[in-house]
Amino acid sequence: MSAPPVYLDAATAAPMHPVARQALLAALDDGWADPGKLYTQARRARQLLDAAREATALTLGVRADEVSFTPSGTTAAHGAVLGGLAGRRRFGSTLVHSAIEHSAVLHAAERHVGAGGTAAAVPVDRLGRLDLTAWSTAVRAPGVALAALITASHEVGTVQPVAEAAAACADVGVPLYVDAAQSVGRVPLPAGWSVLTASAHKWGGPPGVGLLAVRKGTRWESPWPADERESGRTPGVVNLPAVVAAAASLRAAAADAAAEAARLADLVDRVRERVAAEVPDVEVVGDPVLRLPHLVTFSCLYVDGEALLHALDRRGFAVSSGSSCTSSTLRPSHVLEAMGVLSHGNVRVSLHRETTEADVERFLTELPGIVAGLRAEAGVVGL
Amino acid sequence: MPDEVIDCRGQRCPLPVIAAARRMPEVPVGTVVRVLADDPAAAVDIPAWCRMRGQEFLGSVNGPDGPAYDVRRTH
Ligand SMILES: Cc1ncc(COP(=O)(O)O)c(C=O)c1O
Repeated sequence: MSAPPVYLDAATAAPMHPVARQALLAALDDGWADPGKLYTQARRARQLLDAAREATALTLGVRADEVSFTPSGTTAAHGAVLGGLAGRRRFGSTLVHSAIEHSAVLHAAERHVGAGGTAAAVPVDRLGRLDLTAWSTAVRAPGVALAALITASHEVGTVQPVAEAAAACADVGVPLYVDAAQSVGRVPLPAGWSVLTASAHKWGGPPGVGLLAVRKGTRWESPWPADERESGRTPGVVNLPAVVAAAASLRAAAADAAAEAARLADLVDRVRERVAAEVPDVEVVGDPVLRLPHLVTFSCLYVDGEALLHALDRRGFAVSSGSSCTSSTLRPSHVLEAMGVLSHGNVRVSLHRETTEADVERFLTELPGIVAGLRAEAGVVGL
Repeated sequence: MPDEVIDCRGQRCPLPVIAAARRMPEVPVGTVVRVLADDPAAAVDIPAWCRMRGQEFLGSVNGPDGPAYDVRRTH
């Protein structure tokens, strides 16, 4: 195999932005001290942390004191859900969420239910778009403490009607939490949310940095044991070099976001069209128009998802799959299940700033043969 | 009631769907085939296959043999 590997799993982790690498290296020298202390080295660290927070707040369009850095997007999501519920426990104990939230949100919901709370999942349509009528009914029910909606699906890319969902929440005074992990640094953020989370390794920052933004006036109470750092919203010392790198790369990604989104959306259009035309018996899923610029998902009938990932990997392509044929999980993706689309033979391709047209072309050229080969091996040709 | 049953218990996706797809052309139009499948993916994939292939998905039942999915050959 001579061609260089093609990494197409940015929705899991984007390759680190060069700005992140530079900032990380500089901050390793300059930002190792504990920003909470009172000596010179700590003051330098504090300046770096404050600057990172200011820059991040500016990109998100919020105040600096509304932003906390967490150890991951997952812990940010846990804190957003459990803290939003804790802050409103006087009003009720129901969490309303879409059926297609990230597992971090669903696992926090399970924890809440295990502790005696209630969770109500709102369905999506075949394209993976929230059922707004069902959502409005659900948030209107008595005892709703918090509503959670992903800004856009991390598995199929469908952008959610956040503004409309937020208006329904505002009507009844229910705060809205949005998981914006796939949107921050790529597309403009919707309005109307009270709590937002994101994850730096999705936009080209280092892994292990999450964002938790809580708007002023939101009833939110830390679900964790007490700790003063990060406005009391997330315990433990921050990984300052990584936070500095996350903030620097977010600013860089946001500056290029419009141009990158246009470039990647064209490539995704090409993938959608060519896969549908050139791979027989394939279902390209998600909304073809109201979607993230960088992500596309399709399922190949009669093909084992894990076998497909391995076959693609052998040819140098790194992609992700929502199929349960993958041995790590017994259930198919809850997102594909909620949409009612084929779950086996599933591939998610997600692009990033280093993805070239040639990378996508090579993928599109090789894919039909790889799928045909697997079908021939399984004896399912012509079924 | 189904006209016949195919037992795909213990098989992982996509095998139950493949078994249904293999059997369908062999039975007369109108036949109802029940697929027994305990892989959770079958609950999504058998209806999705029917939609893609224009066959009729009649619904699922959870009986003594575990989850089962009824499909009618329409063409
Ligand atoms: C939508 C969404 N939310 C949350 C997360 C979790 O972020 P992290 O990987 O930083 O824990 C991810 C990434 O897997 C995601 O795609």
